[in-house]
Amino acid sequence: MADKIKVTIDGKSVEVEPGTTILNAARQIGGDIVPPAMCYYSKLKGSGGKCRTCLVKVAQGSEKDPRPMPKLVASCQTQVMDGMVVENTTSPEVIEARKGIVEMLLINHPLDCPVCDQAGECDLQNLSFEHGASNSRYEFERRTFERVDIGDKVQLHMNRCILCYRCVYTADQITEGRVHGVLNRGDKSEISTYISAAIENDFSGNVIDVCPVGALTDKTFRFKNRVWFTKPVDAHRDCEHEKCSGKVVLWYKGEDVLRVTARKDQYGEVESFICNTCRFDKKATSDWTIEGPRKIDETSVISSNHYEMAHPLPVIEKNPALIEANKKMFHKKIK
Amino acid sequence: MSRKILLEHIDVPGINTFETYRKMGGYRSVEKALKTMSPDDVVEEVKKSGMRGRGGAGFPTGMKWSFLAKPEGKPRYLVCNADESEPGTFKDRYLMEKIPHALIEGMITSSYALGAKTSYIYIRGEYFYVLRILEKAIAEAYANGFLGKNILGSGYDLDLYVHPGAGAYICGEETALLESLEGKRGNPRVKPPFPAIAGLYACPTVVNNVETIAAVAPIVNMGGDEYAKIGIGRSTGTKLISASGHINNPGIYEIELGLPVEEFIYSDKYCGGIKNGKRLKAVVAGGSSVPILPANLILKTANNEARLMSYESLSDGGFVSGTMLGSGGFIVYDEDSCIVRNTWNFSRFYHHESCGQCSPCREGTGWMEKVLHRIEYGHGKLSDIDLLVEVSKKIEGNTICPLGDAAAWPVASAIRHFREEFEWHINEAKLSQTRNFGLLAAHEAPVK
Repeated sequence: MADKIKVTIDGKSVEVEPGTTILNAARQIGGDIVPPAMCYYSKLKGSGGKCRTCLVKVAQGSEKDPRPMPKLVASCQTQVMDGMVVENTTSPEVIEARKGIVEMLLINHPLDCPVCDQAGECDLQNLSFEHGASNSRYEFERRTFERVDIGDKVQLHMNRCILCYRCVYTADQITEGRVHGVLNRGDKSEISTYISAAIENDFSGNVIDVCPVGALTDKTFRFKNRVWFTKPVDAHRDCEHEKCSGKVVLWYKGEDVLRVTARKDQYGEVESFICNTCRFDKKATSDWTIEGPRKIDETSVISSNHYEMAHPLPVIEKNPALIEANKKMFHKKIK
Repeated sequence: MSRKILLEHIDVPGINTFETYRKMGGYRSVEKALKTMSPDDVVEEVKKSGMRGRGGAGFPTGMKWSFLAKPEGKPRYLVCNADESEPGTFKDRYLMEKIPHALIEGMITSSYALGAKTSYIYIRGEYFYVLRILEKAIAEAYANGFLGKNILGSGYDLDLYVHPGAGAYICGEETALLESLEGKRGNPRVKPPFPAIAGLYACPTVVNNVETIAAVAPIVNMGGDEYAKIGIGRSTGTKLISASGHINNPGIYEIELGLPVEEFIYSDKYCGGIKNGKRLKAVVAGGSSVPILPANLILKTANNEARLMSYESLSDGGFVSGTMLGSGGFIVYDEDSCIVRNTWNFSRFYHHESCGQCSPCREGTGWMEKVLHRIEYGHGKLSDIDLLVEVSKKIEGNTICPLGDAAAWPVASAIRHFREEFEWHINEAKLSQTRNFGLLAAHEAPVK
């Protein structure tokens, strides 16, 4: 094994394997310095580089060649070099660029969070809450599409899509035979099956979990409840499907399991993919072995006031007025 | 200053056929390279020539070639980028249409230099008739033993294919071109890895413009040192310029780099001055994506030196007062042209051609187009001007491929140099629908 190399991100150093990307090095450090990622998915080969939210500034290329990189780079794609110095939250340039990206991502997004099933666990919602502006300068009609059912359990709501390509990679790599992809180009591009084919395979439901926004939603859960009113519980079963881990989260409302999803880590990525039988058909508590409450370590609506200790947003921590207003939350954090 | 190299025999009747081309000294470079030179010698000559890529970025070709990885057991490819789609640029079409063998000769010599056994010409879909011309020429080259197995008894094999695109501007970006050539959706790849390491079918690949490859033949014939004497400074050789717009003689001109811009616009040998005796307002010097310059800045640099047609001189002053040679698409605007409409038109093009892969370009190009459309049709607000500058800044440099930059630069530069005209368009919304802004006094006389 090659020697580990040292990289410094926002003043924090870490030693990583050669070939690690800046984003993954930052994830090894953890905390607020991790750049947000809307399209990169560590479990999908080839993903990333598209959304540009993870742009960072490389202030020093490496020990040998200390010149800074001329442009901001996508941290999910750029490999670290020994002695590299990266600025993420400490660079005003990065924060400004990220704000711009969030604005771009939102100009054609319907912002229909009040009626969107993804609200509360939506990466775009979290991202724009942390980095976006409170109002939009975009004054034109947004692009619109018809809602489409792709397969009998998944609905595609193209208006909300940010074209991260994750579902395309999922279909390519997790399922057998991809039947959907991106049609057209520019802001007219859309995720679609070619001539209205249905997505029919045992793992098609995973596209719901990888979707960072509410573009692909679970039809068995549609409009049943807001996610923050449901209680997530870890559970598992012996799934007969060899590629399915059988490790899931059951989302309870009272005694009913409203939906079943794969387990997502703090970066919104599933820990292991699950099959459609586990996801759509096993909705009785008797089907599962319950492990206990699901800890959700994410800065989002579902994590607050539930099992996890409160995690104030960085933006709050920096503003004395907001600290005062959120005293209760800080009190919890200290506890 | 009027030396012709690529277009030397353009007027010879039948130059598109193998016999005539051969009679005029064609394919000498193939003979010279295959019989007397090693592949590395050819690369060395191209390096010495100092020729810079003619496709737009102006990267030294010899240097690009020397970056090509040469791993054992992997084929290497040469791909010719004939997806000429930059608005204002039409030189490659002319060259391929009139002297197809010039490109094929260059392809053979260059492929030999790079050790490629299979090479491709990726041509834009709209040039289908040119594709037929090229295929005919390739068949002639095969028949005469310049392509195929054991070329000229040297033991070197080369197969050459022409592949048409399907009409997407983005496929002129080298990695999108490779994706398209592989049969995939033409989305640019995230770099690194660069094509020199992993290009076509994940093998080392060089992608060069038509004009660059065609110029390799004369470089090999005359020697790199001799070629380097043509031109000025680090801009060596000759360049094809596609001149269009409000000029008396639009067309393709082969110029020696270093020709003064003023001479190029006003000399009867070239553009022949502005049409109908009008005055010059602005010039886009290198295809639609480079910054537009007003008359005073295109004729003289900010330091009051004469501006020359060369990579260095045109980019003198950076983007504040300079532009780029780009692909040589020279568009001239007379005093009655509307810069706002022109900017909107360019913006519409980039909106239409954005691949939609990365968010700043996908959303930003459409946004800029809509704002410009609003200004052009008399519904703009003064705050729109700053908004456009802001949006263009958010796109520039933050995208996967240079299309984002190409969409941002024309807008940013038009506002930088013609802000008064944008303001007039907004303040005099009604008037702007019936007449043009014309020429502002500040732009008539050179600064300082």
